[in-house]
Amino acid sequence: MDDHWLTRDSTIRLLWIVFAIALAGTVLMDLVVHHHPYFGLDGTFGFGAWFGFASCVLLILAAKALGWMLKRPDTYYDS
Amino acid sequence: MTASALPPALVLIAAGILLPMLSGRLRPTLLLLAPLLTLYLIWQVPDGVAARHAYLGYELVLVKGDALSRLFATVFAIMAFAGGLFALNQRRVIELAAAFCYAGAAIGVTFAGDWLTVFIFWELMAIASTLIIWSVGPSAYGAGLRYAAIHLLGGVLLMAGIVGEIASTGSTAFDKLTLDSVPRGLILAAFLLNAGAWPLSAWLPDAYPESSWSGMVFLSAFTTKTAVFVLLRTFPGTELLIYVGLFMVFYGIIYAILENDMRRILAYSIVNQVGFMVVGIGIGTEMALNGAAAHAFTHIIYKALLLMSAGSVLYMTERRKCTDLGGLFRTMPFTAICGIVGALSISSFPLTSGFVSKSMISEAAGKEHLAVVWYLLAAASAGVFLHAGIKFPWFVFFQKDSGLRPAEPPWNMRMAMAFFAVLCIGIGVAPQALYALLPFGVDYIPYTASHVVFYLQLLLFSGLAFFLMLNLLKRTLTITLDVDWLYRRAGVSLAKSFDRLAGRGWSGIATWTTGGASAVGRAARYYHGPEGILARSLPTGAMAFWAAIMLVIYLALFYL
Repeated sequence: MDDHWLTRDSTIRLLWIVFAIALAGTVLMDLVVHHHPYFGLDGTFGFGAWFGFASCVLLILAAKALGWMLKRPDTYYDS
Repeated sequence: MTASALPPALVLIAAGILLPMLSGRLRPTLLLLAPLLTLYLIWQVPDGVAARHAYLGYELVLVKGDALSRLFATVFAIMAFAGGLFALNQRRVIELAAAFCYAGAAIGVTFAGDWLTVFIFWELMAIASTLIIWSVGPSAYGAGLRYAAIHLLGGVLLMAGIVGEIASTGSTAFDKLTLDSVPRGLILAAFLLNAGAWPLSAWLPDAYPESSWSGMVFLSAFTTKTAVFVLLRTFPGTELLIYVGLFMVFYGIIYAILENDMRRILAYSIVNQVGFMVVGIGIGTEMALNGAAAHAFTHIIYKALLLMSAGSVLYMTERRKCTDLGGLFRTMPFTAICGIVGALSISSFPLTSGFVSKSMISEAAGKEHLAVVWYLLAAASAGVFLHAGIKFPWFVFFQKDSGLRPAEPPWNMRMAMAFFAVLCIGIGVAPQALYALLPFGVDYIPYTASHVVFYLQLLLFSGLAFFLMLNLLKRTLTITLDVDWLYRRAGVSLAKSFDRLAGRGWSGIATWTTGGASAVGRAARYYHGPEGILARSLPTGAMAFWAAIMLVIYLALFYL
């Protein structure tokens, strides 16, 4: 049976907690680190965090939309 | 020609030709020593012209050195060495021979001083890389043929452009061009084709993943990065390249998100990464060009590392689809860790090689106040972590338990991965050695608190988006249609229906003409044949009879 320590529920919960602390930590760093924004939006609090997250959501949705039109079974060209 | 001017390219090409004739211990020895000798020769090439040769009234400049040539030639030679080490167990020697000729030809392009030399090595690369794909056997014939056809088209574009360029300017010098004539447009199109720029980009994810577990490691390095080199040399600061590059960046991300085959994911991400370099070349400032060149250098190493990791999985499991893989970290932890190092590097995580090179391109966009370009590059950096940085290791090594328990690959494959993993982290931690090789002086500090915090935020929150939206990213047994549909499906059915139409028309004409011809024959036979009215032999009795009849008529008329 599969009981590698990395796949246990307790480990996964711990990993999520560490990840959440890391996420919060990087955003809070904006309080002490001085950025040099080139434009305007890039100087907002936690810019990397919200911009990165929003970009990924948009990219995944765009991919889904394109996939809805262009996805075919992977045997498509074999037939 | 002095010894120091021996073209470094010829050493690898000669080694490639010799390989099939060697056996036993000699073959691995040559595989490992030839790239090292090449590397030594590369560093003996002085600035300026070192070897020329008269040919058909033109002067071929076989070796002309500068910082940019040496940078690319160096990484190509390192790649040939690590690729050779990784591929020691490859039994199909034709693949190794072709790979070394291919690497040699790529180095030949980097030292070429005139257009004809560029063309000769360019075409040699096309032939050698096709052989790498074909060496796999019947399963790769179709993809190899499509690959060859597209690259021969690129060769025709390049030849036409070069002929036009030499005819109109009278100069064969391979140097900077402004995009102001049709021949130069053709040259640019040929270069972009090899860079994997849309619309002719589908050859890359179509053909590369059909090569062997070791073949794609070689293929990923040379064709696209030689294209980056020639673009850096000839079209720096061409604004069009910014838009072409941005399109490539997002095309690569979106297609990779939808892909199920682990090596096709990495193939799409080659297009994505080359897109970053093309944007840098389009921006054209010293920092941007340095960034593009540095990114090509680091990219070759981390992409090869990713493909060695994927190649090891393919070698040990003979499976390539994410839907069949998963959970391999249990028995292949070393391969998994090397794959993760490559994945972090491609995502430009701080302390890896990608961070010190890619951030230069973004910084250059910022310094030039190209707001849209800067924001799009930032979004794309997040997208790289999504489509390659997490997706590849997650679906191959973690995800679900596929039940597969493959062992780690043989020692030489592990050594090759370890070598490149160390380079990825080494360059990331101490970038000065790489910066010293760049074509322009570097006035850029990657590790400022602001940069590091920004990239950590960007990447960690991309990771959060990945795991929160995992349901939308589940792999399915699908492919995504690309421009190659036009020549794999639409073109084929068009040709088939034309064939049907032409066949029907032809048989109609044939029926009509044979019908007409045989009618003439029948008529001739009817009138002139043995039984024909006009060919009957009349008996003499009949003649006497008819003469008597005529006489009777004559007498009757006389008496009336």
